Amino acid sequence: MKKKDIRQFILSFALALVIYGAFMFAMNSGIINSYWSGILIVACINVVLSTSLNLASGYLGQLTLGHAGFMSVGAYASALCSIYLGTSFIVSLFIGALAAALVGLLIGIPTLRLKGDYLCIITLAFNEIIRIIMLNIGITNGAKGLMGIPMSTNFTIVFFSAVITIYVIYSIVKSRHGRAIISIREDETASELAGIPTSYYKILAFTISAFFAGLAGGLYAHYITILIPKVFDYNKSVEILVMVVLGGLGNLKGSVIAAIVLTILPEYLRAFSDYRMLLYAIVLIAAMIIKEKNLMPHIKEKFSKKKDENKEVAE
Amino acid sequence: MSFLSTIINGLSVGGMYALVAIGYTMVYGIAKMINFAHGEIIMVGAYITYVVFSLMGMPVIVAVLASIIGCALLGVVTEKVAYKPLRNSGSLAVLITAIGVSYLLQNLFLLIFGSAAITFPDFLPKGQIHFLGMSISYVSALSLVLTCICTFLLLLFVNTTKLGKAMRAVSEDKGAAELMGINVNNTISLTFAIGSGIGAVGGVIYGLSYSLINPYLGAMLGIKAFIAAVLGGIGDIKGAMVGGLLIGLAEAFTITYISSTFSDAVVFGILIFILLVKPAGLFGINVREKV
Repeated sequence: MKKKDIRQFILSFALALVIYGAFMFAMNSGIINSYWSGILIVACINVVLSTSLNLASGYLGQLTLGHAGFMSVGAYASALCSIYLGTSFIVSLFIGALAAALVGLLIGIPTLRLKGDYLCIITLAFNEIIRIIMLNIGITNGAKGLMGIPMSTNFTIVFFSAVITIYVIYSIVKSRHGRAIISIREDETASELAGIPTSYYKILAFTISAFFAGLAGGLYAHYITILIPKVFDYNKSVEILVMVVLGGLGNLKGSVIAAIVLTILPEYLRAFSDYRMLLYAIVLIAAMIIKEKNLMPHIKEKFSKKKDENKEVAE
Repeated sequence: MSFLSTIINGLSVGGMYALVAIGYTMVYGIAKMINFAHGEIIMVGAYITYVVFSLMGMPVIVAVLASIIGCALLGVVTEKVAYKPLRNSGSLAVLITAIGVSYLLQNLFLLIFGSAAITFPDFLPKGQIHFLGMSISYVSALSLVLTCICTFLLLLFVNTTKLGKAMRAVSEDKGAAELMGINVNNTISLTFAIGSGIGAVGGVIYGLSYSLINPYLGAMLGIKAFIAAVLGGIGDIKGAMVGGLLIGLAEAFTITYISSTFSDAVVFGILIFILLVKPAGLFGINVREKV
């Protein structure tokens, strides 16, 4: 590690600690009530989900719709460990994440030969299959839901899980491996010709992405304490995708902000909760068209023009 | 349930999948994109029939025609608004937009009609046709007959008419087709219109066979029809029909002989298997990637 990197690392870590301290202080002194601290926990889980999906979809450029499936594997695996094996919370979380990574690896090896549309559909299919399995095997208690999961998730653990996820994914993206992953997004054939083992990196990124989805699943399971397979359906995957797209594909900061905004905003817009999904849909379409048509500069220009006009009027 | 009735069931459901799959396959053939919103367009078709027939009291023919025209228009509008601006961008952008459109339609209808299922008007006569010792319900017979007619007419259209020729040309090479004086935009619009119109027929058959419709019906139907299109070889109309019927049969046999809960899993299993073993599908031709 270079000196600059170490300094940056210490600075970021200190910043994270300060943010954590501020939130803890606010929670303990009652500025943030228990309702809002619950929402903060969900926001942190969503940060883990969106940043990990960003690795697969944003940096690797493979659109996957199976993120909710990996999340459910992690959730069920960790919950079952906590209930039946009596493992401690951290161990359960880790087992859940590993289970999700394993499933990601098993799914990734055959499917990542496919590209684009096909990959998207096949991950969607796997998501559904995982959901159907969860619904039908005895140990998960099917549609009735898995109950009796200890409520172990607290703000400290989700906050640091989010920080670790962001840090790990940031480090990967900034490393040699990350550049290989990004080169696959830009041009798979060219990067293969340049000697990058594309299959290896695709599977690596996919598995890491699944690992953190599983971690988020475990955190979710120990927060909600009841698991119903229906939660982890196609809609959940789309919801995570909306966070990534809104924040910007291949933009880690964006994912974090979008995940927090999209968790907190609906709380303020309770009256419009019926329109939430509709809004998500419009966000997906608009974000893509604005980005691809490069409309952002025009929009900015228009706004700044208006400001100039206002100034002139004022003068 | 006997072996024979399982086959009939499978074929009738399969016919519905085939009608929907044709839309996927045509759009993919010409625009090289998966129209994720196709399933939702079918849902809209079912709702239009319901509104025109049950709420406005129009005759059946008018209701079905309205649904076909409505869906065709919707298909064209979707293409013009959401997909056309992205025609030259990467597949990721198009895919995300298509998911957005699908989500938009689903939630729009959820807001208008609510999430509760609505009883679809039952305008077919009750009872069964007896044929060679088998008894087939009218819906099943209708589904099969319509599938065959639609596929036949479509093949005739694509292979013999000038517009069909234009379609084939655009699907082969957009740029070259444009240079030959083919209006690419109109051809793509026409494809969306035909695909969505035929999908509307599938929507009506869905309503008749399950007699309940809800805004979510398009999601699963769409995915299964897409699997049918992939199985048959995406881009191939005959393949879509055969794939649809095969998926229907697979589903019916799973329900009869294994368990109804795993029928979806089996269909997805088929998708995974076909994509891993022969991604081009049964009738597809392997296309080598040019660098």
